[in-house]
Parts: sequence; structure tokens; C-alpha cells
Amino acid sequence: MGSRLVSFTFAVLFGIIAGSMPTLAEERSIVVASTTSTQDSGLFGYLLPIFKARTGIEVKVIAQGTGQALDTARRGDADVVFVHARPQEEKFVAEGFGVKRFDVMYNDFVLIGPKSDPAGIKGRDIVTALRTIEAKAAPFVSRGDRSGTHAAELALWRQTGIDIASAKGPWYREIGQGMGAALNTASAMNAYVLSDRGTWISFRNRGDLVILVEGDKHLFNQYGIILVNPEKHPSVKKELGQAFIDWLISPEGQTGIAGYRIDGQQLFFPNADKRGR
Amino acid sequence: MSDQPTAWQLIITGDPALFEIVCLSLLVSLSAAALAAVIGMPLGALAALVRFPGRAVVVVLLNAMMGLPPVVVGLALYLLLSRSGPLGEFGILFTPAAMVFAQTVLIVPIIAALTRQTVEDLWIEYRDELTAMDVGPLGRITTLLWDARFSLVTAWLAGFGRAAAEVGAVMIVGGNIDGFTRTMTTAIALETSKGNLPLAMGLGSILIVIVLLINAAAWGTRLWSERQVSG
Amino acid sequence: MMRALMSNLPLLLDDVSVRAGATTILDRITLTITPGAPTLIVGPNGAGKSSLLRLCMGLVAPTSGRISWGGRTDHAPVRRAIVFQRPAMLRRSVAANVAYGLAQAGTLRGERAQRVAFLLERVGLAELGDRPARRLSGGEQQRLALARALARDPEILLLDEPTANLDPAATRSVEDVVRMAAQSGVKVVMASHDLGQVRRLAGEVVFMVRGAVCERAAVGDFFDRPSTSEAATFLRGDLVI
Repeated sequence: MGSRLVSFTFAVLFGIIAGSMPTLAEERSIVVASTTSTQDSGLFGYLLPIFKARTGIEVKVIAQGTGQALDTARRGDADVVFVHARPQEEKFVAEGFGVKRFDVMYNDFVLIGPKSDPAGIKGRDIVTALRTIEAKAAPFVSRGDRSGTHAAELALWRQTGIDIASAKGPWYREIGQGMGAALNTASAMNAYVLSDRGTWISFRNRGDLVILVEGDKHLFNQYGIILVNPEKHPSVKKELGQAFIDWLISPEGQTGIAGYRIDGQQLFFPNADKRGR
Repeated sequence: MSDQPTAWQLIITGDPALFEIVCLSLLVSLSAAALAAVIGMPLGALAALVRFPGRAVVVVLLNAMMGLPPVVVGLALYLLLSRSGPLGEFGILFTPAAMVFAQTVLIVPIIAALTRQTVEDLWIEYRDELTAMDVGPLGRITTLLWDARFSLVTAWLAGFGRAAAEVGAVMIVGGNIDGFTRTMTTAIALETSKGNLPLAMGLGSILIVIVLLINAAAWGTRLWSERQVSG
Repeated sequence: MMRALMSNLPLLLDDVSVRAGATTILDRITLTITPGAPTLIVGPNGAGKSSLLRLCMGLVAPTSGRISWGGRTDHAPVRRAIVFQRPAMLRRSVAANVAYGLAQAGTLRGERAQRVAFLLERVGLAELGDRPARRLSGGEQQRLALARALARDPEILLLDEPTANLDPAATRSVEDVVRMAAQSGVKVVMASHDLGQVRRLAGEVVFMVRGAVCERAAVGDFFDRPSTSEAATFLRGDLVI
């Protein structure tokens, strides 16, 4: 009686195990912990098929905030981290969790806000713009998730001389979510928000939002890539991970990055530094 | 915005990526529901039949665990399956197997709690007969589960529905890897964060239609076989 | 096997009482059931007939006193069977209900189909084997319960008012099955409050009032010469309080 159900279940289970076996056994795949900006902007969707066609290596991307991605790597759950918060990356390497950090590419941050610009900051430099937003208590959405963009935003506040931890009021909304969610929130509330340009260009739910501040040298956003240290975590696939890093900083990978465009706009600018540090 | 296909266009054109996502979602949630049935139904029957001190506590606990937050289950299993965790050496984090594992943990309490209720009601009816026929503990459990099978379909559907609908656990232990661990719900979360609200909503509608079809199929089977076998 | 060597008879009740809290359900009953013609347990509602049958089956433990089956005091229901007043039908076919009883009684898998057919034939349900058991009429359900009980190949068959809710035709077919079982050597112990039925089936009568055995007699003596005033009152059709 129940035996048919049981055998059916075991058949399903074996199906699953058998189904995941090839991928477990297949050594030609790596896990890359990266940021929501690289995934949400569509860069990986464009770049990884090129890499796979070239090398046969499958890259599995876990898109998290920079802080969480580094944590995932610290626990040994990723082979490579590809993020954008240089001080945290250097700390990661210094602690021995990463082998070496390589510059890969940059884009820039932009300050987004409603077209009506209630704080009147359009075209200002970023430091003035943030001071004005704080002074007028205009609605501002912060990622609040320890991501690279969040770290960059906090660094910008430090440059304004405002201690945001004590100055923040109801106007300053920390949502603790990814870039896309932050843009959705800003769009719904007509608030200001700091975004990386790549995610902004590919974002589809802009509502009344437009770019208000851009091109300031403080808004530079560098991406770096690090192989997780196999001495800390023997499960790290160092050859395949290094192959991915080597390809990204090679002329071919760099050309690939430059070739990713949405509506004719280039999203990321390659600037690999072969030496690493 | 015009270059973005809608979910229905993806269906009509038979988009392979969408097909893959739907298949993975079904495979993961159906496997979890099957596993959870094999574990949860005997467990529920046991809780219905065996009298022991503290049984009331177990029953309350079981009922409360029907509301386990998926994200907590996901996090707990993440810590367990992580390379730095106790089960790290198996390397199943960020694989479909981990997702099945997480959803199974999530829905075993649902299936067990609903089974307990059903079996307990039937046991009241059968107790004298089974005792008079000298049916042992194992025989009681199998008899009651078998005779309650049509009602248990509902318990199973509740578990499956919960598994198919949750996003918190599969997101954390699966990682939402494109083409590997991306399910309907994590894809919806992703498209929402990309601001592709119409696509996200479209995927949501597909998910609802699929869950609806599976429910209809299960109910149809139940009604049909009930008419064949039992009054 | 061992179970074939063990016998349930005589069934001995030695000063047995069953109490639930302050309520006395069965009051110091001493009774010996031996092979022979059917024993009918008679008495007004609430006299304790059902409780006595459950006690004889081993479903209820005595609060005091001793009970033994063929000298054994463990209450494993080997070659003992009971049909309840409202038997529960398994949610399966008629044939599967009987097969279940056979399986529980240890009948080998290969022999079951033949035994099912034989038993259904015996209770007159041969045509209904594929029907869901719960769709049978009340009389058919009683006969199925009888077949399921007979599947245990009992030495002693306990019946709790099996015809209480049946029309005369259904009552007759149930009685036929009971009579046949008794003739084939099964000891029938049956509760009834239908005096006509008692005359038709009984070899002896156990008359109960308020949880105690009031009178025990051969059926003819019970009806013609009741030795207690309670039995006489009951037979006249007056209320025994």
C-alpha cells in the first residue's frame, strides 16, 4: 500500500541527487560572490557566456551587498569575490582571507532624485548637494546594508562634515536592501538616492527620478576582484577562480567589459591593474 | 523599456530560461513536499497515537512550527551547510539539494501537524476495531495513514503550496544563481529589484497558475479515486 | 503454531468489578463461559451488557477480580473476535475489509483471496466485494463486520446487539450468520434486548441488572420459570429500576 508512495519518493530523491551530481562532480564551475550592482545591471548576463564559451568554466554568481559577499567568502562559500569597497577589500586580503586584490573596472555613482528637485541641488557638487539635502531634511533613501554603495555613501557624508549617525531624522530612510529595491523605494517616495550608474541605466521603474548630480571626482566607483585564500578554505577552486580573474583583467576580458552597453551607454570602464596588491 | 519582453511573451515564445526556472521550481518544491510527506506523515500519526508525558507541549510546538519563518530556516541551514559549518564538507550550499533540504525542513511541521489532526479524528473511530483485531503500533500507523489518504492530500497540498510560495529560504541557501538555483520566487524578487515590475508580476501570475493547476490536479485525483474506493 | 494450541475457553470471570471513578460499571461478576450453544446477555439499557462484552474481549481491564481465557491471563485477543453495535468500516472495499481482518489474524497472503470469497459467501455479500464498505446499508455493514470477525477464526465470538437498528429482513440475515457460526462450533456470546431474538438463538441466558449478573439459566427455564423478581418484571415488559 504505502510502499508505492515510498518508492515514488525515493525515485524523486534519487532524481534530485543524480541531477545535482554532475554539477557537484563537474569541477569546471566556480562560485563568485558579487554585488547586486553587477548582477542587476546585467553585466554578468553579458560577460559570463563569453567567458564560458572561451574556457568552458561555469560561473555561478551569488549577488549580495559587498559586506555580505565578503562574509560569504570568509566562510569559504565562494571561490572568488568581485565587489566595490576598496577599504573592506584590502582588509579582507590583509586578514588572510583573500590571496590578492586586482582592480578590474570602474563606473561612477550618481545622485538620483525627483525631476522637481525640491532641495534644488541639480548640477551642484556632491558634497554641497548632500549638505543641502540634510539642511532641508529632504527625503533620502540609504541602502543601509553594508554594501559597497552604502560604504561609499557613508564616506561621502563624512566628507561633508555631517555626522549622519546623529544627524539622521525621519527624512533619512535606511532600507537595508539591494540597489534595485532602494531605487524602487526612492521612486515610490520621490526621494533622493545614491546609485551606481550601471544599475541606474538598466533600472526600469524610474517614475519621476532623474540624475541630478554626476561627474564629481568623489563619485568614482572602483571594482576589485579577489581569489579566496585556499589556505584558509581548501575547498576553493584556485585554478578555475584564478582563470576567471586572469581573463577579466586580460585584454579580452577588458574589451568585453567595455562592450557592455544599454541604450548605447557604456556601463563599466575597464582599468585593470595586472600587478594586483 | 520596449525591449523588455513580458512574461506572457516569454511563455508564447517558449523561452528556455523561463522553462528552466519553472522546472527547477517544480522539481525543488515537489521533491521537498514528497520528502516532507515521508517524514511528516508518520511523525504526525505518531503524535496522534502515542500518549506520553508532555504530549500537549509537542502538539502545541508542532502547530506553532507551521508558521516557521522561511528566512530563519534558510539562515539556520545556511550556517549548517556553509563550508565553515558542520555539514560544510558536503558542499551542497548554493545547490538545488540545499533548497530541497530547506523547504523540507520548512514544511515537515505543516504536514505533520495537519496529519496529526486528521489521524487523531480517524483513530477515535477505528480505535476499538483495531485494538480488537490486535493491530500493533506500526500497523495502526500504516492503516490510519492509508485510510486517511484522501484527507492527507489536503495536508500535502498545504505543504507544497507553502514550499512553492516561499522565497526566504531558497534565496539564502540557493543563492539565486542564474540557470542553476533560480526559482520562480527568487526570479520574481530579482526582477522586482531590477525595477522590471511588469515582468515580475507576470512571473508571479505564472507561478499562481501553476500552483492552481497542481491543486486542481490533486483535487481531481482525490475526488476520482475516492469515488472508486471509498464512500 | 502456538496460537492453534492455545484455547480461549473456558472464559473465567472471578469476582470481577469495573469502576470508573465513583461509578460502578460492572459489579463483582463471577461467570464461566464454556463451549456450547449461544449465551445471550439480556437486561435493560445500562445494565452493563456492552461493558461485559468488552471485558470478555480484553478491551477493558478489570478494576478488581481476575479474568482468564483458557487459563491464560494475558489479554492478547487470539482467536477471539467482537462485533460492536456500530462497527467501524475501514475506508476500503468490502473485500479489503475482510482481507485486513485475515491479515491481522495471520492468514498467509496466498490464502487470503480464497478465504475472502468464502467468508463473503457465508455472510451473503459475495456480490458486493468491490463496493466501498462505507456505502453498505446498516444490515450489510453488520454482516461485513461479522465476516471480518469470523476472519479471525474465533473460538469465541462476542456480539454487541448486532441487530439493534435493523429491519426484520436484515435482522434475519444477521441471525442466520450467527446461527451458522454457532453450528460450526464457535462459542457465541451476544447481547440483546430483543426477547424474540433471545428465544430464537439462545442456549442459555445471562440476565444483568445494574452491572451485576442477576440470573443465569437455560433459555426455556428463563422464560418459563424466572427465579428472580427482576427477571420476572423484565419478562412482563415492566421497567426494571
